[in-house]
Amino acid sequence: MTDLAHIRNFSIVAHIDHGKSTLADRLIQSTGTVADRDMKEQMLDSMDIERERGITIKANTVRLEYKAKDGQDYILNLIDTPGHVDFAYEVSRSMRAVEGSLLVVDASQGVEAQTLANVYQALDAGHEIVPVLNKIDLPAAEPDRVREQIEDVIGLDASDAVLISAKSGIGIPDVLEAIVTRLPAPKGDRTAPLKAMLVDSWYDSYLGVVVMIRVMDGVIRKGDSIRMMQTNAVYGIDTLAVLKPQMVPIAELGPGEIGVLTASIKQVRDTRVGDTITSERKGCEVALPGFKPAQPVVFCGLFPVDAAQFEDLRDSIEKLALNDASFSYEMETSAALGFGFRCGFLGLLHLEVIRDRIEREYDIDLITTAPSVVYHLYMKDGTMRDLHNPADMPDLTLVDHIEEPRIKATILVPDDYLGDILKLCQDRRGVQMDLTYAGSRAMVVYDLPLNEVVFDFYDRLKSVTKGYASFDYNLSGYQEDALVKMSILVNDEPVDALSMMVHRDRAEMRGRAMVEKLKDLIPRHMFKIPIQAAIGGKVIARETLSALRKDVTAKCYGGDATRKRKLLDKQKAGKKRMRQFGKVEIPQEAFISALKMDS
Amino acid sequence: MRSASSWRVVLPEDWEAGGFGLYIHWPFCMAKCPYCDFNSHVAAKIDQNRWARAYLSEIDRVGALTQGRILRSVFLGGGTPSLMDPEVVDAVLTKVRATWPVANDIEITLEANPTSVDAGRFRGYADAGVSRVSMGIQALNDADLKALGRLHSAAEARAAFDIARSVFERVSFDLIYARQDQTVGAWKAELREALAMAIDHLSLYQLTIEEGTAFGDRYKAGKLRGLPDEDRAADLFAVTQEIADEAGLMAYEVSNHARTGLESRHNLIYWRYGDYAGIGPGAHGRLTLGGLRHATETDRIPMTWLERVERFGSGDSLCAALSVADQRAEFLMMGLRLTEGVDRARLSSFGDYDLSKNINGLIDIGMVETADDRLRTTEAGRPLLNAVLRQLLG
Repeated sequence: MTDLAHIRNFSIVAHIDHGKSTLADRLIQSTGTVADRDMKEQMLDSMDIERERGITIKANTVRLEYKAKDGQDYILNLIDTPGHVDFAYEVSRSMRAVEGSLLVVDASQGVEAQTLANVYQALDAGHEIVPVLNKIDLPAAEPDRVREQIEDVIGLDASDAVLISAKSGIGIPDVLEAIVTRLPAPKGDRTAPLKAMLVDSWYDSYLGVVVMIRVMDGVIRKGDSIRMMQTNAVYGIDTLAVLKPQMVPIAELGPGEIGVLTASIKQVRDTRVGDTITSERKGCEVALPGFKPAQPVVFCGLFPVDAAQFEDLRDSIEKLALNDASFSYEMETSAALGFGFRCGFLGLLHLEVIRDRIEREYDIDLITTAPSVVYHLYMKDGTMRDLHNPADMPDLTLVDHIEEPRIKATILVPDDYLGDILKLCQDRRGVQMDLTYAGSRAMVVYDLPLNEVVFDFYDRLKSVTKGYASFDYNLSGYQEDALVKMSILVNDEPVDALSMMVHRDRAEMRGRAMVEKLKDLIPRHMFKIPIQAAIGGKVIARETLSALRKDVTAKCYGGDATRKRKLLDKQKAGKKRMRQFGKVEIPQEAFISALKMDS
Repeated sequence: MRSASSWRVVLPEDWEAGGFGLYIHWPFCMAKCPYCDFNSHVAAKIDQNRWARAYLSEIDRVGALTQGRILRSVFLGGGTPSLMDPEVVDAVLTKVRATWPVANDIEITLEANPTSVDAGRFRGYADAGVSRVSMGIQALNDADLKALGRLHSAAEARAAFDIARSVFERVSFDLIYARQDQTVGAWKAELREALAMAIDHLSLYQLTIEEGTAFGDRYKAGKLRGLPDEDRAADLFAVTQEIADEAGLMAYEVSNHARTGLESRHNLIYWRYGDYAGIGPGAHGRLTLGGLRHATETDRIPMTWLERVERFGSGDSLCAALSVADQRAEFLMMGLRLTEGVDRARLSSFGDYDLSKNINGLIDIGMVETADDRLRTTEAGRPLLNAVLRQLLG
């Protein structure tokens, strides 16, 4: 137990690649929390996928012990948060558990859109913020310009920003000192009834569900009986620990402290992030405000390439859902793809991460259908229903109007590329809301339909700006628009997995791009194949894939029989990765590639 | 685990429908051609007597396995068998005649390079019993011969061809087309020239880029330009059929043309899925032994094969029974190359798989036809045989 004055709780806010994880590593190292021989890069990112992509997906925490220049010992709790917009909800709730943030900005790159989004969340949470300029040892570093930018764009005084290079270890002691002297100590009442915030929870195959908590008031001890105020469930605490970043058991946690507990909780779904934990008896009366649960905004179908792997897929999805309450799923049947699941994600990165984990950790080849957002269908009978899957679109005569989700997108871009960005946003049915300059960078705010963003907006953005633009968004609501369902017909057979909702004005262009792409993706057959895009019965785009003209082995004699037969067997095995639509076989890659629009 | 029946053919001596032949592989060449993926090697010094002894020993071995069968054909392939001493060929053929009863019209073919040196040995081969040569002329103009890495000129090839005509009963030659930058017009003219030379048989192969060849490496590196795309390859194939037909040398197989009755009997054994013993480095065989059809293979490296024969009395590195499904695939893969197609009763004897749905699908799109109890590709289906086979067996 440490008294409040000697605790500092903080998170790090940064754009991807600005050095957040490296700084965390240095703080862990220089406080001696982890012995040098046990250090590895991105210490706090435990998933393979996090290390591989250099991103943080799950919030993680570490308790650092630090002797400050004033000669006193402090406990510093760092909650490392994800940077990507898809995981913004993780950021927002983690921020409620701490009092301050380090704002890390790459001194050679400057402020990016993600930095902005996260720093606003920190300000919303009432944080004290210490600006930190990283990579100051790079030749391209311009600390003065970036300081100015922080002041102009964010409105934060950056005159006493800490200058560091996390990579080469420059300025790390200054960061530690700034945490102690510039961030506030937590508040709390040790004598009040227990009130702790459930910050996060995850499933550990050895320990079961592990719950991360931040104690607000009172004291929590091993063996205590606790009550979750939202679910009203009661548990006995089996273990109480702090993370360094490995679990180190501790007897009790007092106000301001952050730690984890296990209590024979079976599933992550039994815990509500943001819930208030109190004692079973004589608990606190008023719960913490809690968080809105994260809502999936992007949906797609996941089908096993090999139908026999359906049960394995179910198994893997259930296991992943155990640890990720933001990911939803239900069984789906597709005429084309057989049995699979319709899954909901927080965004495209979330979708990719889950898909990669299923393919890699569970070794299942997947077909991913077109990502779709959730439309609101207002029916003529006065009811409203959600549409997650274009294949479920009811008869149009029953629908009065359709609303689609829109986002407020913030894009920061060097002004050389501003024209390309405006064109891109305009092409995607965007409405400009704001355009301001900070130095040579422009900040554009657009109101955009989410459906125009889920396909490849981010890829396009990166390619038209050579990677210099940064982008962030939040959902802003629903709006009516002229939306239609576009079907794709291959050899006159509709391919349900390729149908999509599009804006009427964009349908022809989308349809054209789609049929042209499919023409390249579907191998030639022994007959010619019409590929059409249609709205209702009306064909809006058409291509014809000409028939195969030559595919025969020139020489085949006695010595070739075995080799050519094996080649034929191999080709037949390759056909298993194809899907049969009537007489036509479509390779599964076509489903994924066809949906990446680059027009 | 497959049941015993999946290895057994309903007709235990199915091979008889194709006959029995012997293939002998001579693995050496003067130089390796850049397109060739056959088992050929360039060696400085070859002890021909030692090789002769090994062939004789192998003939004894396979002769014992196939005792009493009537031998319909011998094919000396390579490599470049026209580098063999005529004495070695004589010793081999003498041994062959002493080992099997031979058909009255036995065909004995030797592959030859059309150079004057090789042609100098033709008389000796004929005296040893060779009745047919197959010459690798490949092109009738010097620029293309050079691009194909051939060591002879067009004139030299014609001279060697004339010698062959005067020495052997039957002479065939090969041309490679769909070469780099070859136009349909140029090929038509060259093919007409070739047809004017041809007597009874002509093999016309489209250039195929194989992995592990010099062309394959250049192709991968993007340095092999001017190869025809699928459309031009299809056009070249179509004009080839048309012009050869006019000249009376109909295609009896995808790449082989002959006057009626003068087809390569040896190659028909492969395509009609008969039995053949394969001896020499890298030679493959199909031998029905004890009611099971076996695939045999030998070591590809010449010296390894030679030492293996000398030390263990057999060059075979593999002799494995083929499942009925594999036999059926091979039967179709080989048989549908022939214009005559395959016998449906024989097809249905390969186990109880029902292909009728696949066959009907292919009939619907005009790729195959059935008539006179045979299944064969149509003119439209022949250039798409690989796709036809994938669907048929899929």
